[in-house]
Amino acid sequence: MLRLHWRYALLFIVLVLIQVLILNNILLGGYMNPQLYVLFVLMLPLNIPGWLLLLLSFVLGFVIDVFSESMAIHAASTVFLAFCRPAVIRIVVGTIHGEAAKIPSLSGFGNFSLIIYSLILILLHHSALFFLEIFRFTEFMQTVSRIIVSSGLTLVFVVLGFALLERSFTR
Amino acid sequence: MQNLIRFIQRHQFFFLFLLLVTGAVLLTASHQQYQQTFFLRSTNAIAGRVYNTVNQFTGYLVLNKVNRQLLEDNTRLLGRQRENFIVSDETVFMAGDTLYQRRFTYMHADVINNSVTRRNNYLTLNKGLAHGMAPDMGLITSAGIAGIVVNVSEHFSVAMSLLHSDMLVSAKILKNDHIGTLSWEGNNYRKAHMSYIPPHVELEPGDTIVTSGYSTVFPENIFIGTIEDWKIRRGETFYTATIDLAMDFNTIPYVYVVKNLMKEEQDELELSVLPDL
Repeated sequence: MLRLHWRYALLFIVLVLIQVLILNNILLGGYMNPQLYVLFVLMLPLNIPGWLLLLLSFVLGFVIDVFSESMAIHAASTVFLAFCRPAVIRIVVGTIHGEAAKIPSLSGFGNFSLIIYSLILILLHHSALFFLEIFRFTEFMQTVSRIIVSSGLTLVFVVLGFALLERSFTR
Repeated sequence: MQNLIRFIQRHQFFFLFLLLVTGAVLLTASHQQYQQTFFLRSTNAIAGRVYNTVNQFTGYLVLNKVNRQLLEDNTRLLGRQRENFIVSDETVFMAGDTLYQRRFTYMHADVINNSVTRRNNYLTLNKGLAHGMAPDMGLITSAGIAGIVVNVSEHFSVAMSLLHSDMLVSAKILKNDHIGTLSWEGNNYRKAHMSYIPPHVELEPGDTIVTSGYSTVFPENIFIGTIEDWKIRRGETFYTATIDLAMDFNTIPYVYVVKNLMKEEQDELELSVLPDL
């Protein structure tokens, strides 16, 4: 069995490839674009030092940016997600579950808490992402609808990802 | 001083976050004028090579469509050959006659990456500096205009697609030569909008929209699409028409690159009159 940080390295590469080569090319209902790569940040261990959490998020976002000609908007919004993560964990999961689990997972957090935890962070990430992409507030309602629809789609992918990876990461 | 350092140490998480986000937002903001953005875009060697490899495989999936398009192009060009015409004007032109000077030249490039789902979409092409590509060249296909090259590396280039919030194209209604501005407002990648059409202009569904030739990027009379619907929006005095784009941006296997040989001359002249432009 691979050591944990090698598993994370593998997850990083696989998620970037899936995002860039497959998801960025899929057309769902015109303008929905699931951002599955945030799963990497959502899944990082709970005891990870703050600086590492932020740096890894920045690097992940930046790699996605390089492949999607999107300047640095993914980097900025992923760092924002990472910044909000500790607070959201504290609020949603509390300290009781949080101490028992080492990694955010369905069994560690409980299904309901994990979905709420993912949903809040995905919404924050997508809000930052889509407003940075358009860089203006004139198409406000349209951007908001894009955020909501894409967040829902990303959430489905992320929860599926959690379920699939449950066993290989919590052991 | 000691207190300040301790303060920063205590809140290092917040300050690192601030640092990274500021960096990223500054990068993004500086990209709004997209010139100095060389290393970031997928023009860089690694991303370009990855997309090129993938394109070699996915290219097979659209061969059918490409063949048919090329056949159509060839048929159209065949009809333009000189043998099909008789000379009705007896004026004699000398070789090297300055009456006929070439203004546009064309080359072709494969599209190796493309998107339609974002608000700001880009195309990546497999030709770069080495092949003579330069920023501000126009991209067209047999079905209309595709975009404008914004960034070039040695072997690849990135173009702003027509589906981009900064893309404004000068367009005209073919039947009466009225000019408007074509832009994409997001949502549906098959529809664009043409604004600033004066309300006295008579429109009909199905009217043909072509490029106006006012810009230095695209030649005149390149087909863009047809009018579907029009109205005066609240607070405005001009018509805004919904345009049914002829091109399906989701399947662009290749493009023709337009080079305007007289672009510099025209730009220079216009700048001398309008220094703020």
